[in-house]
Amino acid sequence: MNDNKTSVFNNDQRAIDMNWERMHLDKSMFFALVSLAMISLFVVYSASAADLDATLNHLMRLMIGFTVLFVVAQIRPENLERWSPYIFIGGMILLIAVLAIGVIGKGAQRWLYLGFIKFQPAEIMKLAVPMMLSWYLARNILPPTLLRLVTAFIMMAIPTYMIIKQPDLGTALLVFSAGIFVLFLAGMRWRIIILLLVGVAVAAPFAWNYLHDYQRQRVLTLINPEADPLGSGYHTIQSMIAVGSGGVYGKGWLNSSQAHLDYLPESSTDFIFAVFAEEFGLIGSLLLVVIYAIIVTRGILIAYLAKDTYTRLLAGSLSLTFFFYFFVNMGMVTGILPIVGIPLPIMSYGGSSIVTVMAGLGILMSIQTHRKITE
Amino acid sequence: MLNIPIKDHFRETRLFNARLSIIGIVVITLILALLARLVYLQVFAHRHYETLSQANRVKPVPIQPPRGMIFDRNGVILAQNYPVYTLEIIPEQVDDMNALLEELGRVVNLNEADLKNFRKLLRERPQFENIVLRSHLTEEEAARLAVKRPYFNGVELEARLRRHYPLAGLGVHFLGYVGRINEQELEKIDKTSYRGVDYIGKLGIEASYEKQLLGQVGVEKVETNAHGRSLRILERISPVAGKNLILNIDAKLQALAEQALGKRRGAVIALNPATGAVLAFASTPVYDPNPFIKGIDPDSYQTLTNDPDKPLINRGINGQYAPGSTIKAFLGLAALELDGFEPDAPIVCPGWFTLPPNSHVFRDWKKAGHGAVNLHDAVVQSCDVYFYKLAVAMDIDGIKRFLAPFGFGSKTGVDLMNENEGFLPSREWRAARGEKWYPGETVVSGIGQGPILATPLQLASATSALANQGIRMKPQLVHAIVDAKTQAVREIATEAFTPIPLKDKRHLATQIQNLTDAVHTNKGTAYGIGHNALYKIAGKTGTAQVKSVPQGQTYSEKTTPERLRDHALFVSFAPADEPKVAVAVVVENGGHGSSAAAPIARKIMDYVVLGKITATPPVAAPLQENIE
Repeated sequence: MNDNKTSVFNNDQRAIDMNWERMHLDKSMFFALVSLAMISLFVVYSASAADLDATLNHLMRLMIGFTVLFVVAQIRPENLERWSPYIFIGGMILLIAVLAIGVIGKGAQRWLYLGFIKFQPAEIMKLAVPMMLSWYLARNILPPTLLRLVTAFIMMAIPTYMIIKQPDLGTALLVFSAGIFVLFLAGMRWRIIILLLVGVAVAAPFAWNYLHDYQRQRVLTLINPEADPLGSGYHTIQSMIAVGSGGVYGKGWLNSSQAHLDYLPESSTDFIFAVFAEEFGLIGSLLLVVIYAIIVTRGILIAYLAKDTYTRLLAGSLSLTFFFYFFVNMGMVTGILPIVGIPLPIMSYGGSSIVTVMAGLGILMSIQTHRKITE
Repeated sequence: MLNIPIKDHFRETRLFNARLSIIGIVVITLILALLARLVYLQVFAHRHYETLSQANRVKPVPIQPPRGMIFDRNGVILAQNYPVYTLEIIPEQVDDMNALLEELGRVVNLNEADLKNFRKLLRERPQFENIVLRSHLTEEEAARLAVKRPYFNGVELEARLRRHYPLAGLGVHFLGYVGRINEQELEKIDKTSYRGVDYIGKLGIEASYEKQLLGQVGVEKVETNAHGRSLRILERISPVAGKNLILNIDAKLQALAEQALGKRRGAVIALNPATGAVLAFASTPVYDPNPFIKGIDPDSYQTLTNDPDKPLINRGINGQYAPGSTIKAFLGLAALELDGFEPDAPIVCPGWFTLPPNSHVFRDWKKAGHGAVNLHDAVVQSCDVYFYKLAVAMDIDGIKRFLAPFGFGSKTGVDLMNENEGFLPSREWRAARGEKWYPGETVVSGIGQGPILATPLQLASATSALANQGIRMKPQLVHAIVDAKTQAVREIATEAFTPIPLKDKRHLATQIQNLTDAVHTNKGTAYGIGHNALYKIAGKTGTAQVKSVPQGQTYSEKTTPERLRDHALFVSFAPADEPKVAVAVVVENGGHGSSAAAPIARKIMDYVVLGKITATPPVAAPLQENIE
């Protein structure tokens, strides 16, 4: 295709790049990920109050993540496309199973216990929904007809609703936005987009009633965190104190008083960026944002270079979801977005999200590297 | 890809790229917004959040200064502090209060009163403040609690200093006590100087020297975590201990005075006439101030307030008595000073007196009369008729003019609060109330009856003026203020009132001789204490009517109910030629001054002049008494 970028490299460089491509890894994205992973080890160590076990645990998760990334990157995009409906249907079955168990167990249920391993089916949907939608829309001419759009919307709305029911607002938001990104990239007409936005505005008051009290509180808190500094605004304020008190140069590694004195909630998971910003200051924060931006930019570029509709839509959606991930998390930590339980990808300790995120990035790498090889 | 219908590949690519560019722009915009936010927080608002972070982390914890101790003139401890372990709870850190209280009940002994008191405080105090659940933990309880404490949230084991009065009720009326700061006090005090201090002087010296005793609150800047648990001390400004007080009071003499009064109600004040130093200040009955520190329980308090003997009243400065014949000690001097009055000329005392044209009969205490008496005889024998005549000659305004410099009718200025002024009547006072002054009232004023009132301290102070060549010194309980750290002693300067205006100094010597003869000659009313004294005493007995005896009847001690019997008084100083001590004694409903009051004064004077100890030494109250 219109790829003349490689021509600027010399022969040696080209040979090395060829090796990267043989391994189906995207070099710049991979380097960005590795540096994130290394930084994350230090930050998790500090945020967990120098808990070496937690840090090693995180290292293990990272290694599993990289393995998943590597494995997924080897899968040809055609195969991914072909498997998309099955992955989606499988994911739906698991979601229903979780809900059913939840109903029987009379309580919220997110996890499925498959013998020895704890497993969150909602995670699968983060990938399964954009894959399914990309597969579905790519089968026909773009922009999609209204009927196909409505069908696609229902396909993403059902799992979203089920995940909200769990209740897991953060994951539901990610799944839903991944779907919306596909629809948008597929060329959903502007008048429909505008109609949808108006619809959301109208429906908002009704949705408001539907939200749990604590979820409403979080939105209200964003509007005015000082209103209830010891109640719902507490987390936002403490997080902003952490970031702000870091200043330009930061307090230094292991010196986050906000985290170590327990003022920061979830310091090693959702609010790990606050710890990082407090310890490494503006310089560290900027560096981290740049690394995330490199991954997102690289993802968008991969979408731009992708050769067919399915890979384009999927790559675009996955990159945007990754962006959404880190932007919502950092927005929450810096107090410009409400608190939703979305961890910072790669950095945050624990959870099964790291596997999904790495698998998503693996798909991006697969799309990028297989395109070149098949050429 | 097999089932893809005919697609316009170029158009799709263009559409996709257009959408991707929009997304690119949005992503860049949002990242820029995020960066702007970070720059705002970490550069422009950094100082603000830095301050908040410090405030989060560092909690200033006030450190209670040890309150100044109070010693008698010989170093006997009258008020001290001792550490007690208290179990305190910070309510906001407790998840389930009932469960916690139940758990704690297994570690330390918690009784109903503790729990009731705690629940009351729990409602009243802010949730972030320490609230005392149990104080005075035993060593064993404290140790048990210390072991278990890490398993409880919001539970603190504190060692706090508590006030203790080792001699219990001894001198309680001048010493006073401390108690918890109440709401009215909270409004008056400077809250910063009382941070971490829950006690304030309520009465007596504890109240009047509050400023010196308090000391300065220290502060510890403590790093705390979000749960309020202290992690380490970052900075410490030590508290400055309150100043110690050394009193003029002699605890042994005080004990002697209180024991001499015994079960009777009354007051004994002993002053050093030369300095105004208060050597003993007894008011009986006494009560133990220690229960007041913790907050006395309502039942015990009821018992004290309902006691007909009124132990809570400080008779020394708040008991106001008719001085009775003790006033003759001063009016005798007035007789010498009065122009146109011939003190040596005898008058005849028939045992009664009338003031024509009125037919009212003023009786002498001696029914048969004293016969021919001059001033000397009148003072020695306490002839009432002589002083009726003198009073008429002086008139009530003259009496007031003469007695006022002795401190009658005004505060003595002793270093205690809420002192009563006594009362010195005048025509003016009567007129101000729109009433007439009756000549008969002037007559009885001559023997210290009628509206005239004096506190025991006023009597002692006035007597000391006679002893100190007409110069009355301000009574002073505290001798010196000692810095607890440097031990620097600051003695409190003595203060003299304007000397008693006398036309002739020799008049004073004459009157002192009269008063000495009242004690040492066999006709003297106080001969009972003078006949065997090894030194000279100048004194005057007094018997003040509580209930007036109707015309034509006579007073009989046996038939009068106890509470209506006469008050017995005695004022004196010794040695007469070189006075070391002036004593005023009031025994309520004691009967005659000579028999009830004078022997008490004699014991005081024996102690001061001869060093004779006639009382068992004061016994220290054990700390245990303080527990419940």
